[in-house]
Amino acid sequence: MNRRTALKAIGATLGAAAFAQAIAPLTQWTEDLTIDDYLQKHYKELSPFDLGVVMARMEKETKEATGVDVHIGDYRPQPGVKFGYALNLSVCVGCRRCAKACHVENNHDRPSGNSYIRVLEMQKGSLDLAKGRVNYDHAVPDAEKFYMPVQCQQCDKPPCVSVCPVEATWKEADGIVVVDYNWCIGCRYCEAACPYHARRFNWKKPEVPAAEINPDQGYLSNRLRPQGVMEKCTFCLHRSRQGKLPACLEACPTGARVFGNLLDPESEIRWVLKNKRVFVLKEDVGTQPSFFYFFDV
Amino acid sequence: MSNPSSGPETQARALAPSAPAVVPAHCPHTLAFHATSYRRFLWKVVCDATDGSAWFYAWMILLTAFALTGLHAWAVQVRDGLVVTGLSDHVSWGLYIANFTFMVGLAAGGVMMVIPAYLYHDHEMHDLTIVGELLAVAAIVMSICFVVVDMGRPERFWHMFPVVGRFNFPVSMLTWDVLVLNGYLGLNLHICGYLLYMRFRGERPNPRWYVPFVYLSIFWAISIHTVTAFLYSGLGGRPLWNTALLAPRFLVTAFIAGPAFIIVLLFALRRFGGMRLTERPVQVLVNIVRVTLLINLLMVASELFTDLYSGGAHTASVHYLFFGLHGANALVPWIWSAVAMGLASAVMFLRPGVVGHPVWLTLACVLAFVGIWIEKGMGLIVPAFIPSTLHEIVEYFPSLVEWQVMAGIWAWGLLILTVMLKIALPILRQPHPVVP
Repeated sequence: MNRRTALKAIGATLGAAAFAQAIAPLTQWTEDLTIDDYLQKHYKELSPFDLGVVMARMEKETKEATGVDVHIGDYRPQPGVKFGYALNLSVCVGCRRCAKACHVENNHDRPSGNSYIRVLEMQKGSLDLAKGRVNYDHAVPDAEKFYMPVQCQQCDKPPCVSVCPVEATWKEADGIVVVDYNWCIGCRYCEAACPYHARRFNWKKPEVPAAEINPDQGYLSNRLRPQGVMEKCTFCLHRSRQGKLPACLEACPTGARVFGNLLDPESEIRWVLKNKRVFVLKEDVGTQPSFFYFFDV
Repeated sequence: MSNPSSGPETQARALAPSAPAVVPAHCPHTLAFHATSYRRFLWKVVCDATDGSAWFYAWMILLTAFALTGLHAWAVQVRDGLVVTGLSDHVSWGLYIANFTFMVGLAAGGVMMVIPAYLYHDHEMHDLTIVGELLAVAAIVMSICFVVVDMGRPERFWHMFPVVGRFNFPVSMLTWDVLVLNGYLGLNLHICGYLLYMRFRGERPNPRWYVPFVYLSIFWAISIHTVTAFLYSGLGGRPLWNTALLAPRFLVTAFIAGPAFIIVLLFALRRFGGMRLTERPVQVLVNIVRVTLLINLLMVASELFTDLYSGGAHTASVHYLFFGLHGANALVPWIWSAVAMGLASAVMFLRPGVVGHPVWLTLACVLAFVGIWIEKGMGLIVPAFIPSTLHEIVEYFPSLVEWQVMAGIWAWGLLILTVMLKIALPILRQPHPVVP
């Protein structure tokens, strides 16, 4: 062996050592990643039995990590139901209890105060979002303003769904756009595509103190989310698909929120659509929302 | 790069193995023959790539150090989450996707060498097309790396594979991008690999095995940047991107950045790699940049006019980018330096004698290149998110981790490019170019 070859061998060894050192954090990260997690199939490809196994595994993992007994259910759309939401801008006072209730119900990250709902304080006489503010901190309501909560509009033509390269997000039969947290690759293209700022990314693993974890969870809704995936409002499908109302509606002190089945002519939401002055947000972008705003007058 | 003094020696090595005489085209070899011959070729490739002067080793060690630093930063990001970046729900794409976009352009621009050579039968350019194609290969690898580091769950990349995963084709533009980028990578690897192998064999390449692919790669180059533009321009909720001019602008900027990089690269190869370089290919590239620089300025001005003359809420991003909005103005210095660089390089390129002044030409190329890099990144990706779709203004500042990862991928790309050129150079230094 000549000197040059020896030097090359030393260089290659040093390089390999430096490489191992550089990727060391990856080995710390993979400690939490089981082979079952890694190879888990798309929600739609799991048989009811497999899904049961997966949910049991997730409940067990939550128990081990937090000590909390949670129940994860798989709630499917009911036949003959298409959900719609309507919001009365004449009575909304901008108290943001809906946003708070969403935060608690959906096991959001506590330090960031995450919520699927943002409440805009709007200038009277304008629907220009540029004239609204979300970070107001005075007593509400301000007589010069009106208030417009914005959350996922569950569009009939959702741009977030079309752009997803791996079909990790889709629209269900009852109109709710969902995310499979175990299939999302975290590219955030859906977040760029959404015209309503309705999607939230898990920039880090969400932190919820054990005592505050909501144990009633849905596989496609409020179960504890992994790091690095997208999530969004699901009209609280773990509640609404069982005949209950979304948490934001229950929390609203003024009755500004109306939720129901658009296919049922007797429903309250159908009455609102028929009798009130209704509009949808950003109609011009062609997303066809199932979320309606209305005024009493 | 290799030491110029080792030129003749390397050249001798390059010509030495097996076939001494030029075998006519269409001369068939058995598979068994190629099995042996290809193994020898690969061995020579490995030897050429790992052997060089002290400067070569210093350069490679420097690039490796940067690449490993970037790899470490990325490993930390995967462990702790994308929270270590400056991104947020408001500005969800930043430095990584900006660089991805730019790299796709650089790859597309790499084939600007191919068009004069093949479409217009400019034989003097033939050898240099390999340089452009190798640049395209490195740039595509870098753009794929930039997408991977942007993923929140990179280990789930297999979800994107057809059959085993769920490939949302043809609806998602991102799946189109996966197809065209990988296709382009394959095309260029095939063309370069085939030509270099034939040179190694001392045989005349059979046009049937590469000319159709060369023509295909020209169209493909246009497709990669068009599809990448459609990624953005198809989003109705982002007015800054939602313009039909985006794809043409992407192509034009690609055909600035690509040739500008190649001009500087050719000078470097002449200086450090002992490559023969006549004035003509440089002249052709300079002409390309001259025209595309001006078209780009015209397009930028057209878009600015539409936005600023009419006004309205959908122009908020442009206002933010160029003048700041409600006191937020992080991008203003960026975009104005890009404009200044674009104008300065245009003036320098328009001078008739610029080809004869390598120093001025290099400076003009660097200005044009950096100007486009800013325009594609801080000037295109980031401002589309500011203000957000609900008109909140949240600014974006890349974190140290993002800069490290970015530097790492650039170093990795330059490393790949260096190794590939190191392999190709002994062949390119041969006295007679192969004319099909």
